[in-house]
Amino acid sequence: MVLKDYTDEEIRRIAYDIRIKSVQMVYSANSGHPGGSLSVADILAVLYFREMNVDPEVIDQKYRDRFVMSKGHASPALYATLSMRGFFPTDLLTGFRKISSKLEGHVHYGVPGVEASTGSLGQGLGIGVGMAIASKLDSGSNRVYVIIGDGEIEEGSIWESFMAGSKYKLDNLIVILDRNGVQLDGFTDQIMPMPNLQDRIRSFGWNVIDIDGHDVSQITSAIEQAKKNTGKPTLIYARTIKGKGVSYMENNPKYHGSAPESEELFHKAISELEAAA
Amino acid sequence: MNIQRESLRDAYGEELARLGESDRDLVVLDSDLSSSTKTALFGRKFPDRFFNMGISEQSMVATSAGLALSGKRVFASTFAVFLMRAYEQLRQSICYNNVNAKFVVTHAGITVGEDGATHQIVEDIGIMSGLPNMSVVVPTDSVETKSVIRYLHDNTNTPFYVRLSREKFPVLNEPDYEFMTGKSTVFREGSDMTIIACGGMVSLSLEAAEILKTKGIDARVINMPSIKPIDRKAILKAAGETGRIVTAEEHSIYNGLGSRVAEITSESYPVPVSRIGMHDTFGKSGKGWELFDYFHMGVSDIARISEELFREESKYETVS
Repeated sequence: MVLKDYTDEEIRRIAYDIRIKSVQMVYSANSGHPGGSLSVADILAVLYFREMNVDPEVIDQKYRDRFVMSKGHASPALYATLSMRGFFPTDLLTGFRKISSKLEGHVHYGVPGVEASTGSLGQGLGIGVGMAIASKLDSGSNRVYVIIGDGEIEEGSIWESFMAGSKYKLDNLIVILDRNGVQLDGFTDQIMPMPNLQDRIRSFGWNVIDIDGHDVSQITSAIEQAKKNTGKPTLIYARTIKGKGVSYMENNPKYHGSAPESEELFHKAISELEAAA
Repeated sequence: MNIQRESLRDAYGEELARLGESDRDLVVLDSDLSSSTKTALFGRKFPDRFFNMGISEQSMVATSAGLALSGKRVFASTFAVFLMRAYEQLRQSICYNNVNAKFVVTHAGITVGEDGATHQIVEDIGIMSGLPNMSVVVPTDSVETKSVIRYLHDNTNTPFYVRLSREKFPVLNEPDYEFMTGKSTVFREGSDMTIIACGGMVSLSLEAAEILKTKGIDARVINMPSIKPIDRKAILKAAGETGRIVTAEEHSIYNGLGSRVAEITSESYPVPVSRIGMHDTFGKSGKGWELFDYFHMGVSDIARISEELFREESKYETVS
């Protein structure tokens, strides 16, 4: 199935549709993680509707691009994206976090299109390293994309994987850091400050590209630049807003892992997102 | 009894290097211990398919998951105690994704010897057995080790934990022996009681059975390499036919072979069971084989505890 060429504006609208569906899923489940889903929606829209070579009709083709959502709590955004891309019917999204559904609270391998279960932080990047090594062994031209969170990078295992990605010169590995500045307990600058973060990652042997993570054309050109880069892996430092598009969720740690508390707040979120779309 | 001793980890390294010749999708990882775990044999032969991840067990395990999810057959090694650092990677990236990755660890148990308690893990069988989708194997000799590695490579596609030791152990299996998951081997027939053992404790149990014979006690000795899944049938047969069971393992008496045997007998055919192993304690420095005596797990201890169980149970039987 060949994907049509979407314009930047169309991709942006798709991202808002991902946001709307994410908030609906979290509200319907009365639990889940809206903030970090809203922050990565534009990145997912660019990956799945423009950049990645995946085919819902032939899910298992060997040289498909791989995607790993290392911050597995952004499951609403990934499930919404996969369903919109045709991996499964969008009406199944209402099952999110419910007993009759495969749509587990955190990203689950049993869902069509999902490449790896994730949820405990700090592991998805290592999985991506393994996938990128496998691709090199097979002389595949496919790429591996991983989204990691900026709270998640407090895990030492992330830095172990940074070392490994550099050692094995994984220029087929493209990592996007969702730099939204908020984690469960508060602001990342207070919980565990990481000044000069880009320099730190660069010093581990990575190519680092700094962008606005809500700007479709910047996301696209960063990925295109990363694809041309050789000899080392790339990390796209995507400056994002946690809760992007819902005024009361933006930069509010409370909505890292809480659903809208009332029908009124839910409708407010949906109408704001629809207006922005 | 053949008393020739051979290294289990040498057997592992040799078998892995042999399998690598015909399987281009076989990849091997290690965490800076490849000269001790013997994965270096594979690494020298197939440098492109060998990945030394440095002293980064979490990275090694997560990377193993990614390789396996992309269709590679993965063997990863380090010392048993250090793999436990990556428990959660094993839980989520390996077992929850249910990938084809085998973790063959060495230097397990107290026979690590002089390195002492920090390196002598005695709780790993329990930790690994608790993981859904994970199977657990403890080979007793070099022949069994090769057979296990071959079997896992050829016949399985789920996660396994294979526990090897530093010490050389006596070769007990015949050269044509073939391992199967969930199957045990009767090494010595007997009708008065049964000693069920794994790993290095099997040869000690066979020696103990000879002592018991001089006291008129005819003990069956079973080698139980497959801890999960376990040979339930052989355990219940031993319970039914011999009425008393002693277990012997180089591991805590909690959550290992002894616990499994006690669970199975108490559920389906209750008989008295005595468990020999580490009693909720850390190890210590010393020569590997000295430590068996120090922790009351040596040949004379197995014979003594078995005899006690035998006499006690005879007494118990006369009451009814």
